[in-house]
Amino acid sequence: MTRYLVRRAALLAGTLVLASVVLFLLLRLLPGDPANALLSVGATPDQVAAARHQIGTDRPLPAQFVHWIGQLATLHFGNSFVSSLPVGPEIVSRLSVTVPLTLAAFVLAVVIAVPVGFLAAHKSHTWYGGLVGVVSQLGIAVPAFWLGLILVWIFALRLRTLPAGGFPPDGWSTPGDAIRALILPVVTVALVMAASLIRYVRSATLDVLGSDHLRTARALGSSFLGAMWRHGLRNAAVPVVSVLGIELATTFLGAVVIESVFALPGLGSMLVRGIAQHDYPVIQGVLFVSTFAVLVVGFLSDVAQRLIDPRLRVSGARR
Amino acid sequence: MKKQRIALLGATLAAAVALAACGSSGGSSAGTPANAADANAVVQVGSLYEPQNLDNTGGGGQGVTEAFNGNVYEGLYRLTDDGKVEPLLATGNTVSADGLTYTFTLRDGVKFHSGKALTSADVKYSIEKVLAPDSKSARKSSFPEIKQITTPDPKTVTVTLATRSISFVYNLSYVWIINDQSGSIASKEDGTGPYQLDSWKRGSTLTLKKFADYWGTPATNGGVVFHYFTDGSALDNALLTNAVDVVTSEQNPDALPQFSDNPAYKVNDGKSTTKLLLAFNDRVAPFNNTQVRKAISSAIDNKKLLQSIWGDHGTLIGSMVPPTDPWYTDLTGVNPYNVDTAKQLLTQAGYPNGFSFTLDTPNYDPHPTVATFVKSELAKVGITVNINVITSDQWYTKVYQNKDFQATLQEHVNDRDIVWYGDPTFYWGYNNPQVTDWVKQAEQAPTEEQQTELLKKVNQQIAQDAASDWLYLYPQIVVASTKISGYPVNGLNSQFFAYGIKKG
Repeated sequence: MTRYLVRRAALLAGTLVLASVVLFLLLRLLPGDPANALLSVGATPDQVAAARHQIGTDRPLPAQFVHWIGQLATLHFGNSFVSSLPVGPEIVSRLSVTVPLTLAAFVLAVVIAVPVGFLAAHKSHTWYGGLVGVVSQLGIAVPAFWLGLILVWIFALRLRTLPAGGFPPDGWSTPGDAIRALILPVVTVALVMAASLIRYVRSATLDVLGSDHLRTARALGSSFLGAMWRHGLRNAAVPVVSVLGIELATTFLGAVVIESVFALPGLGSMLVRGIAQHDYPVIQGVLFVSTFAVLVVGFLSDVAQRLIDPRLRVSGARR
Repeated sequence: MKKQRIALLGATLAAAVALAACGSSGGSSAGTPANAADANAVVQVGSLYEPQNLDNTGGGGQGVTEAFNGNVYEGLYRLTDDGKVEPLLATGNTVSADGLTYTFTLRDGVKFHSGKALTSADVKYSIEKVLAPDSKSARKSSFPEIKQITTPDPKTVTVTLATRSISFVYNLSYVWIINDQSGSIASKEDGTGPYQLDSWKRGSTLTLKKFADYWGTPATNGGVVFHYFTDGSALDNALLTNAVDVVTSEQNPDALPQFSDNPAYKVNDGKSTTKLLLAFNDRVAPFNNTQVRKAISSAIDNKKLLQSIWGDHGTLIGSMVPPTDPWYTDLTGVNPYNVDTAKQLLTQAGYPNGFSFTLDTPNYDPHPTVATFVKSELAKVGITVNINVITSDQWYTKVYQNKDFQATLQEHVNDRDIVWYGDPTFYWGYNNPQVTDWVKQAEQAPTEEQQTELLKKVNQQIAQDAASDWLYLYPQIVVASTKISGYPVNGLNSQFFAYGIKKG
């Protein structure tokens, strides 16, 4: 296991380096000139040239890349072209919104999806199982922003129990307000995420229910729940954990729409603004951090799968 | 289907209620009695325009103007909400007989937020900052040629111009007077205004607190928090839930009824300076033909367009000048909507069967909608429009810099920007030597009356020539809770003076 972890960590580092090269180059392929985004109608060619020089886009690409990587090595993400403020602290401040949002939504989604999906599989032939199937299908079809708007309408505009959006100016130093601000966004993301998770949990559970070993266990006298507990859950968990990893990673950046609906200063809105303004340091910084996060989630979900299923730990020896 | 929907909604409600219960932390404060202004109340302002940075010569955008002009920084002069220029940090000025030397006297007792007293050196520093090579100020190019700035004593500034410039004092209303010791102000400030910066949370809020040593009348409220939104509906919801007291510029016409039908809100119809243009490339055929441009102007029903986008809001102007500019004249009658006239003009111009052209259309609202409207209007007179949707960045390079276009849609936000028609090298390439001459003369006019007279002529002439098709003037809609009063409604050049707002 240790060797595996070391190998996997090295792979992660290698992927990160490769990803940084790719994202740096891809950004430079985009049409348009970041200097233009800084200026307005009426700017003279001299002003454009000065702006280019100031942000360093008049230098050769390799020099720009080395400069960026050099900064990254010291955990410095550079300064925004547009605001000339350091990108790093802003990423940290926005992570303080996006990470709790994503994790809370994820946990809530799992808490909803696992029992519901399991029951839906267990009772697949009843009205209840059918209803869960339809509801989760509906949940997948509903766009997150629409669900968000509905929740805002009910809880903020009608009932006045929760804020319609925004995040307290002093952030987590007023934890009560920060939590209140995140409740509706978390519920929105969690419901959408739960809808698709339920289907995975249900089908993974159904697979296990139909498997030989579970039937054998039942034949040997185990109760349904007992057999599931001893033999079934582990098996069902493997595919679900891999899906969970993907869901978590997608939500991390996919929360953009939700951040916009609820006016949250998260990482996604920072990326969108960066792209609109051609602000390379911002885009690079956000994408680098999110790539890192996605790779770490992938790593953790692999490790989790190996811990759950011993068969995955022995490579090549047995089928 | 209905049943499942209800089930989903039920589950949603249950989950949200449960969570709301865990997270509740004290209710919102009760409303104070109406009409009793509280000098300590903090005004919550909602806006879609977050500053890009805090330096208006460093590409801060309209957001920093909105939050800082007049509130945090002050100029020698101020452009009031109804378009007048009045002295602010200067008590007044004298102009030499040749109109080239301006001498300004500074107000006594003015202090920067850092505590330093204002001197003429700060003024010199601030003007030079706008003109510096690395300045990104859009005003740099419209500024007259300044030969020399001298500071004979701490209270006096003398500026010598290379050529006469009647707009010089007006242009100074855009120049923030900054402490000459402050260095980069992209993320901090040191102004002389009634408020000082408390904190700026990127992507979220900018907080201003009252400056205790302010030289003038103190603000009538306890401070201001600007809340920034990217989504117009989220901003409206914030107003509906009292999270903000006022929306500086409502961009969502569909949202207006929920405020105008509610006695708790007031919808203010102000005059903006933002004109929506169908700009032709006047250099290239067929748009180098005045009759073609006039035909297109007559073929498009601007009234119907404005109505369909903004309902009863907004104004038709028929030319480049908004009503708040001193040289405004109503020119909507020069090229009135008339399909028959349009057809006749096209025939006279040699295009009886019309022609086709490409319309470069910025990809953000309202341009794509407007482009579709223009396309259907022009189809009636046989003109085929090919809509080419581009990003604002592409627009800047293709249209503005390379002038590689036939026609384009664009909004021009500034006041007094009719003078661009006097510049034949500007992107739209309108070239009428008479107009160029008038614009030049206007700038060098000895009195404002003469300047106004000349620019009125310019206005008349460009309308006559249909230099562009001025579709409409955007409305400036400030929506506010009736608990507050004293806010600006026109928001000229995106300014939003918050110091006079009273909150009860």
